[in-house]
Amino acid sequence: MREIDANSVADTISGLFQDGCYRLSDDVMNALRRAEEWEESPPARRVLAKLLENAETAARGEIPLCQDTGMAVVFLELGQDVHIVGGDLYGAVQEGTRRAYAQGYLRKSVVDRPFSARINTKDNTPAVIHTAIVPGEKLKITALSKGFGSENMSRIAMMPPAKGRAGVIDFVVQCVDEAGANPCPPVIVGVGIGGTAEKCMLLAKQALLRRVGDPHPDAESAELETEILKRVNDLGIGAMGYGGRITALAVHVEVFPTHIASLPVAVNLQCHSVRHREAIL
Amino acid sequence: MKTDSTISRNITLPLSDDILETLHAGDELLLTGAMYVGRDAAHKRMIETLQAGEPLPVDLKGQVIYFMGPTPARPGKAIGSAGPTSSYRMDAYSPRLMTEGLKGMIGKGMRSKEVKEAMKKHKAVYLGAIGGAGALFAGCIRKVEVVAYDDLGPEALRRIEVRDFPVTVVNDIYGGDIYEEGRARFRVVAQNNVAV
Repeated sequence: MREIDANSVADTISGLFQDGCYRLSDDVMNALRRAEEWEESPPARRVLAKLLENAETAARGEIPLCQDTGMAVVFLELGQDVHIVGGDLYGAVQEGTRRAYAQGYLRKSVVDRPFSARINTKDNTPAVIHTAIVPGEKLKITALSKGFGSENMSRIAMMPPAKGRAGVIDFVVQCVDEAGANPCPPVIVGVGIGGTAEKCMLLAKQALLRRVGDPHPDAESAELETEILKRVNDLGIGAMGYGGRITALAVHVEVFPTHIASLPVAVNLQCHSVRHREAIL
Repeated sequence: MKTDSTISRNITLPLSDDILETLHAGDELLLTGAMYVGRDAAHKRMIETLQAGEPLPVDLKGQVIYFMGPTPARPGKAIGSAGPTSSYRMDAYSPRLMTEGLKGMIGKGMRSKEVKEAMKKHKAVYLGAIGGAGALFAGCIRKVEVVAYDDLGPEALRRIEVRDFPVTVVNDIYGGDIYEEGRARFRVVAQNNVAV
C-alpha cells in the first residue's frame, strides 16, 4: 500500500491544466507544420502559419492559446494499492481545477443550472472525472481542457450492424462535413466504435488523448483511420473553413466489443488547440 | 512554388457604406478603431431590452460586434486570450441587431440562411477571425472597457480599441460566402465516394 497526498494531486492537476492551455505539444506543432507544407490553398496556408505563430506567442507570454480554456476533463488511472491521504481524491481533482483556472488566468466557462438560469460557477468546477481502477501503486492523471466549439459538434449513431465498415466511415465523414468551419479546423477526429451509447462516446473522447499522428496499434483499425482521414480531407473544408486540402490533422479510432444488435459509432471533435497533459504520481 | 500574394487592406472603423461596397468574400483586412464585444448572454440581454421597448445600452449604428469572451487579463495587460467564438449561436439575435444599424460581425464558423439574407438586406458583413489564435488577437487589442452587463463576467458587453486586427471577409453584402466557395474549390469527389 502506497500513500499519495491529496494536496499533491491538486497541485499536479493545476500544473497540467496551465501548461496545456499555454503550450501546444510537439506532436501537434509538427502536424501543423506538415499541414502548412502540404496545403495548396493560400488562405488556408496563411491560417496554418498564424496558428503556429499563435502557439509561439502563447508559450512566450503564458497567454492561453485560445480564450476557450474549456471544461476540465480529468482521467484517473488509480492503482488499487494506492491510498489517498489528507483529503479525498475527487475533492483534490476539483481543488486542482479551481487552482489552475484562478492562478493561470484561464477563463471560467462553466455554468450551473444549464437549462434555466445558467449561473457561472466562477471557478470552472466541476471537472468531469473518469476513473479506472488498475493494478499497481501509482496514480496516472490526464487533464484535458476541452473547448466547446469542437465539443458542440459531437455526434453518436446507434447503427444497425448491416451498415458495417462503410456505414461507420460515411457517418464520421458526414459529421465532419456538417460541422464545416464551426469546430475550428484543422481538427483531430476522435471516433469511438462499439460498447454501449455512453461507452462509445467515452471511447471517442479517449481517442483524442493519443499523440497526434500515432496510428492505432491494431492494423485493421489503423487502416480504417487512414481511410477516414483521406475521405475527410477530400471534403475541401480546409483550415478555418476557407477551403483547402487539410481539414483534419488525424483521425483516431478506439474500438470496444458491442452487442449483437448494434454498431455504435461516436464522433468527438477536437480543434487544433489540443490541450491534454499527463502525469504519473 | 506556392506564393501567398494576397495583401491585407487596412480598414478604419466604423464601417461606412462606401467601404462595405468594396468588400468581397475572401478579402483579407486589418481593422483599426473601436468595436463592441459580446457573445451569447449579452446578445440575449440586448434582444430582451429591445423587446421591452427600451433603448440598447450602446448605439449600434455603423458598428461592429466581435463575438468573443476573453480570458482574464494578467496584471499590466489590456486583455487575456481573445479569439472568436462560434457565430451560429448568435444567429437568432443578429438580424434584429442589424435593424438597429449593426454593420459588421466578427466570429468564426457558419451563419444561418436568415442571417445571410439579413446581411444582404441591411448591407452588413460577416468577418472571420482565426479561431484558436487568441494569443495573437490579444496583441491587437489596445484598450478594453466594460460598457454593460458587468455581472456576466467573460460575457459582459465590452468596447475595445484594436489596431491591425486581422480578419477575412466571409459573407459580403452581395451574397458571397468564402466557406461555400472555398469548399467547392477543394472538394474531391472520388468514383466510389458519393458525396454525403
